[in-house]
Amino acid sequence: MPKPQPKTDWGVVTGRAAALLVFVCGILLAARLCAARQSLANPVPSIFEPHSTPADSVNHLSHFILYICGLIFVVVFSLLTYAIVKFRSRSQDSAQEPAQVYGSTQIELAWTVIPILIVVVLFLASARVIHGVQDAPQPANALQVTVVGHQFWWEYRYPSLGIVTANELHIPVSDPAHPTPTFLKLLSADTDHSYWVPQLAGKTDLIPNHPNEMWVDPHRTGIFLGQCAQYCGTQHAKMLLEVSVDSVEDFAAWAQKQKQAAIRDEKESAGERVFEANDCMNCHAVAGTAATGRFGPDLTHLMSRHTIAAGAAANTPENLRLWIQNPDAIKPGSLMPAMQLSDQDIDALVRYLQTLR
Amino acid sequence: MASDALAIPNVGAAGKPWMETLHEWATTVDHKRLGILYIAYALIFLVIGGIEATIMRIQLIRPHNDFVSPQVFNRMFTMHGTTMIFFVAMPILFGFANYFVPLMIGARDMAFPRLNAFSFWLTAFGGFLLYFSFLGGSGLYGAGNAPDVGWWAYAPLTARAFSPGHSSDYWTVSVLVSGFGSIGTAINIIATVLSMRCPGMTLGRMPLFAWLGLVMSGLVLITLTPLSAAQIMLLVDRYLGGHFFDTQAGGSAAIWMHFFWIFGHPEVYVLIIPCFAFMSEIVPVFSRKPIFGYPVMVGATVCIGFVSMSVWAHHMFTIGMSSYSNAFFTITSMVVGVPTGIKIFNWLGTMWGGKLIFKTPMLFCIGFLFQFLIAGLTGIMLASAPFDWQLGGSYFVVAHFHYVILGGILFSLFAAFYYWYPKITGRMMSETLGKWHFWLFVIGFHLTFDVMHIPGLLGMPRRIYTYEPGRGWEVWNLIVTIGTFVQAVAILIFVANLILSYFQGEKAGNDPWDAWTLEWSTTSPPPVYNFAAIPTVASRRPLWDLKHPEDPDSLYE
Repeated sequence: MPKPQPKTDWGVVTGRAAALLVFVCGILLAARLCAARQSLANPVPSIFEPHSTPADSVNHLSHFILYICGLIFVVVFSLLTYAIVKFRSRSQDSAQEPAQVYGSTQIELAWTVIPILIVVVLFLASARVIHGVQDAPQPANALQVTVVGHQFWWEYRYPSLGIVTANELHIPVSDPAHPTPTFLKLLSADTDHSYWVPQLAGKTDLIPNHPNEMWVDPHRTGIFLGQCAQYCGTQHAKMLLEVSVDSVEDFAAWAQKQKQAAIRDEKESAGERVFEANDCMNCHAVAGTAATGRFGPDLTHLMSRHTIAAGAAANTPENLRLWIQNPDAIKPGSLMPAMQLSDQDIDALVRYLQTLR
Repeated sequence: MASDALAIPNVGAAGKPWMETLHEWATTVDHKRLGILYIAYALIFLVIGGIEATIMRIQLIRPHNDFVSPQVFNRMFTMHGTTMIFFVAMPILFGFANYFVPLMIGARDMAFPRLNAFSFWLTAFGGFLLYFSFLGGSGLYGAGNAPDVGWWAYAPLTARAFSPGHSSDYWTVSVLVSGFGSIGTAINIIATVLSMRCPGMTLGRMPLFAWLGLVMSGLVLITLTPLSAAQIMLLVDRYLGGHFFDTQAGGSAAIWMHFFWIFGHPEVYVLIIPCFAFMSEIVPVFSRKPIFGYPVMVGATVCIGFVSMSVWAHHMFTIGMSSYSNAFFTITSMVVGVPTGIKIFNWLGTMWGGKLIFKTPMLFCIGFLFQFLIAGLTGIMLASAPFDWQLGGSYFVVAHFHYVILGGILFSLFAAFYYWYPKITGRMMSETLGKWHFWLFVIGFHLTFDVMHIPGLLGMPRRIYTYEPGRGWEVWNLIVTIGTFVQAVAILIFVANLILSYFQGEKAGNDPWDAWTLEWSTTSPPPVYNFAAIPTVASRRPLWDLKHPEDPDSLYE
């Protein structure tokens, strides 16, 4: 017979039980707290702080699932803990083996049927949300935006408005009483990417040769953050998403400005010459000029964006200069080549870029 | 089959020149030696894969860290995933199956000893080939050295346009080669279980270990085949102008995903089913009761085997499948939870009313039960397609499957090490070091992987080499990294225990745990021929019958 156990195992078992319980509650609580703390500025893209119908319906479903799973956890955890404490072998036990029980059809049937019922409930709840989000019809007043994922930036095209921009998406807020959702058509120019702004909707992948669609109807204005959620190559980490939800008036004003071609500033024609005489124009477009490249972001209204390199750096003259000189200093592995320009040319070029408002 | 009748001395291992010993090990076809080779090989890769994980965790300890470059980080997570799945988990489980399936069914070897050796060396060369990429993988601009396409190697990132040079080829070929090794071993285990059982051992009396080995091998046979096919298709794309996955020429990236995950998800069960087997052998012995509901345990395993082959696309809820497909894979993925839940309840039933003995193997089993419960529940969350749209591809999913793989698979593997080490070496592992190992690993594991769920809920995607400050992720990543170091210390204690116990451990004798399956009836370590006389069994617990002739199991089955 095995040696009886020393008493210390009691503490061992209860300690372990307490620790586990605390950890699991901690996970849920901490996530909630973190989300709540930052509700105004939105820097924490928590999935539990939705501001759009698709994210909201997932949020409701997730709470339902969390409560059921939490209940299962508490029940099974208690049973396991009880068994461990109650049936540990004690020093005063006789050397006798315990009763040899081989099974019980009734009990086994019970713990087969109950989980099946739970699964059916969870499935029905999930199916409802799948249908509600995925099969939602596109209303006639929906704004359509085509998103093209690139290594390692986002291209946005508004076919109905004739706007092309990059990395910072602007969409109008949607009044829940009269929804004006935005439908995103998701394409990829190279590898797989995934569009994930947790507070607006769950993620959908951008897969080459496999167009996808998703929609959002943000209920409040503000800036919502996210980033690429499908590994797409070296700089997958710096493919940041920023969605600016504007009031209807602000959006109209923004759109009006973005539709304009670049305003030519004769004072900076030296910089424009540098842009057009080097490789810049092979990859970048500036509407109204000879530059029509599509490999890199459209720069027509570069200065209307507050970041460069898909959110990797603030859009300041110093960063622009560094970016042109040595992109690897900001985003190692980016596909923008170091341009090897003279100081004079770079200065002119940066001054020119700053006229692209 | 009294145990002392089998004590035939093992002839002459001592005093042999080392070259001869090496030659013996390299050419061996003995299932026990091949089992040890598998396990030793996997342990080496476990340490390597652990170092890769540690490098990633150091990089992520704070935002904008520059411990490694993005290129190195991407290689690390690719190599970590590939190594841990193909060159740690599978070989180590095959190692245990190799060593113990013949012993538990009263056979003298596997059905095909030479296929067994061949399969091991294929797997071994697969691993060496993968790591040779660090030396031989560099190619054209941007190729780097080790593969950096992620362990799923999604198309079209693996196309030559995006992955020039040869690093992806090393990945493809090494996975292909080791895949053939796994298929060979799977065939071998199936044949052994079906045709080598000792007299009296019907399928209904077979230890669950052998049953689960059979189901696991069946899964390997079915699911590694599409993976191997996909690797060949990828090679055709890369070198023979094929366009299976070439999206620029009308190929489909989604096809690769289907091929990969129809392997990838059953693979989880390939790994966890042998761990269920460890649990089903160890929990009864340390509860002093037979397994609760043996027929249901077998049925649940077979059920998991079948259902697990229809759940793969829950890895693809975000690729834009139709709402019907998403609903279908939601229900199948949730249904898998039912037989898995049955297993947890049956282990609970086994412990209920028993006399639980908290030796190190049992401690790890109890850790498994709690952690696997949590992993199962987060699995249910991920099985719901809408919830997965938020959680998939985030750190939540990373935490979830590490909960399965460390909290489940690794914990039960540690239990198996402490339980069977005396049989393999003839010496006990140190209980003191074992308890240190257990508690440190529990603390480190929970620090790392409980906390890791949180950044996922806060929108942190996986596979990023750095992140922006101010998103609420910093403190969680710091804690996760601290936990990694605690786990690393625990692993070092474990390795030390393995080595020290070999030289200084207490002598184990044939049956140190007072257990009931056939491997404990022979000497520790078993002789080359396993059993002096092939045993005959009359129940699922032949040694119980022997020890309790007044009340044998055979009366009740």
